[in-house]
Amino acid sequence: MLTTDEGVFQRYQHARWTPGKSASAPDTLGDLNMAKTLFAKIWDQHVVADLGDGFSLLHVDRHLLHDAGGPPGLQEITERGLKVRNPELTFATPDHTISSARGRIGTTAVGETLIEGLRTETKASGIRLFDIGHPGQGIVHVIGPELGLTVPGAIIVCGDSHTCTHGALGALAFGIGSTELVHVLATQTIVQHRPKVMRVNFMGDVLPGVTPKDMILHLIGTIGAAGGSGYAVEYAGSAIEAMDIEGRLTICNLSIELGAKVGMVAPDERTFSYLHGKRFAPKGELWEVAVTAWRALRGDVEASFDREVTIDVRDIRPQITWGTSPEHVIEVGGVVPDPAAASSPSEGRALQQALDYMGLRAGAPMIGLPIDYVFIGSCANSRLSDLRAAAEVIRGRKVDDRVQAWVVPGSESVRRAAEAEGLDRVFTQAGFDWREAGCSMCLAANGETVPAGKRSISTSNRNFVGRQGPGARTHLASPAMAAAAAIAGHIVNVCQSEP
Amino acid sequence: MRTFERETTVAAPLLRDNVDTDVIIRVERLLGTARQSLGPWCFEALRYLPDGSENPGFVLNQPPYRSAAILLAGPNFGCGSSREGAVWALQGFGVRCVIAPSFGELFLGNCFQNGLLPVILEEADIRAIAAEVEPNPRINLVTVDLNRRQVELPSGRQFEFAVAQMRREALLRGLDTIGLTLARDGEIGSFQTADHRTRPWIYETLEQE
Repeated sequence: MLTTDEGVFQRYQHARWTPGKSASAPDTLGDLNMAKTLFAKIWDQHVVADLGDGFSLLHVDRHLLHDAGGPPGLQEITERGLKVRNPELTFATPDHTISSARGRIGTTAVGETLIEGLRTETKASGIRLFDIGHPGQGIVHVIGPELGLTVPGAIIVCGDSHTCTHGALGALAFGIGSTELVHVLATQTIVQHRPKVMRVNFMGDVLPGVTPKDMILHLIGTIGAAGGSGYAVEYAGSAIEAMDIEGRLTICNLSIELGAKVGMVAPDERTFSYLHGKRFAPKGELWEVAVTAWRALRGDVEASFDREVTIDVRDIRPQITWGTSPEHVIEVGGVVPDPAAASSPSEGRALQQALDYMGLRAGAPMIGLPIDYVFIGSCANSRLSDLRAAAEVIRGRKVDDRVQAWVVPGSESVRRAAEAEGLDRVFTQAGFDWREAGCSMCLAANGETVPAGKRSISTSNRNFVGRQGPGARTHLASPAMAAAAAIAGHIVNVCQSEP
Repeated sequence: MRTFERETTVAAPLLRDNVDTDVIIRVERLLGTARQSLGPWCFEALRYLPDGSENPGFVLNQPPYRSAAILLAGPNFGCGSSREGAVWALQGFGVRCVIAPSFGELFLGNCFQNGLLPVILEEADIRAIAAEVEPNPRINLVTVDLNRRQVELPSGRQFEFAVAQMRREALLRGLDTIGLTLARDGEIGSFQTADHRTRPWIYETLEQE
């Protein structure tokens, strides 16, 4: 399977696609020094000071805080005798440690302390908090776009690696560490080294049953979990242009699983109509001014990239991970790869250790593998369109007896919208547990875990050792694939027409 | 921040690809434990057996390597989550330097914020270092010298590495980035005043409700 993927990659990696021109057009048009990528336009607009050696002090337009990183960061500000420089550009919500059980029953003592700390500290600093039970609460990377806090051209940071999600709206967004978080609180800026820029072109029309999740997992399988390391990734091509915003959010979400801190899509009419009327999006005359500026936020046609990868999306089938890195991914109809065929000794060791942890043998088919847990949620796939896709698969059917199946909406607003159209009943009648918004079992920071040795199919973004709980075995897939597995009790190909 | 100048120590090989920060420190340990007390939970999933006893097969549990302050690692070390606790856990375990062919970028940034030196060398060079250390790790100590930007072996072999001047200075002198940026508050204010005129929608968010 990897051989095929590499073949596709080899075939296309030197291809130069220029939007609006034929594939064979020369790539030496215009003055390359003047032409800028989308990434470069946004970066350059935010430079407060050039620090030399490729480093810049960048202005931060939106800083998002959550319950795991926010309280300690705000406490450190107080301890150091500092203050939050721009609380009006800072927004907070609990998501990591909050229980997803109905009524929030079972939030751990540590979680309660952190959530209370978030309330106290944000109030003291004048930071807006979207608290439990209120519209606006949810996974930070779900609420930013849905509230219109995420806007094209903005630099957005959060103490969470999946901040790259926000790039789907044409923002430059990336995760930061705890020390950087305090730096942003104190100065509303961040020191960053300018990355190289990679363009990924998804060309063509996807086959039925193939989702944005499958596209990005396929890309990770093709160029590897470090393939985007050192780059900001711009996603382009006809398949991205044709994709709705929620799909683009899924694509950008998994950029960090490619090793790229930043993933982004140029804003277009889909972006503007998605944002129009959102709670914090500009209104009236300001909206017109903003959209005019946002329309200019496209990479110049002549801009050159440090690396370019083109994927023919017709080659993509539904994906499933078999191992403990997102790059351990194959078509669902494939078999577990053989570590003996690895390209390096260290990779071979990693593959064997992954097989041992996952309880799988080289050469085993993925279809038919029995599963114990199904998790539909996380900042990768917990939006309304994800829940609709899963509901469509399970409508009128029953979850297999051996399976415990959960749906955790990405936000309070997603939960309410889903309930308004009856999706909660579709899930509960099938035997799913319909839960409250948060990160939940994606990273198990709230005590909601998959037990040791149990096998889970999850719509989240990480299949790391112990990610969903010590000893838990995670297979990443799309919402439709996860839902279909819940019904069957084992991994199935959601494309029924496929052999 | 703790400074880093030069270390001569046991170097432990952990030569596998894509060691992620979840493996370095589990999230619930991070939430419930003080930053200085994470050492015992570093590499928890690899270091302990399900019954809680030490896994004798894990390299950092083996006697010569227990005191290692240099980790010889595989590609993409520290990928995944942005948790800075991964750095704190390694430091709690006694690690002062990680040598790898490549790093997760968020982890890399977090290292420099805490005085843990990440060194990038070719994978073949790291294997060569491991091979030279392995016959007698307690005697065949590895030296990492940040001033000279090189890794030195007892045999006399040396490997040069690159590190950005700004980051090198910060590590050598233990500089605090926040303090440095606070001194630029005037520049930040001027930027915001000009930027407010260009992009008012960024700053007038709250009046929009």
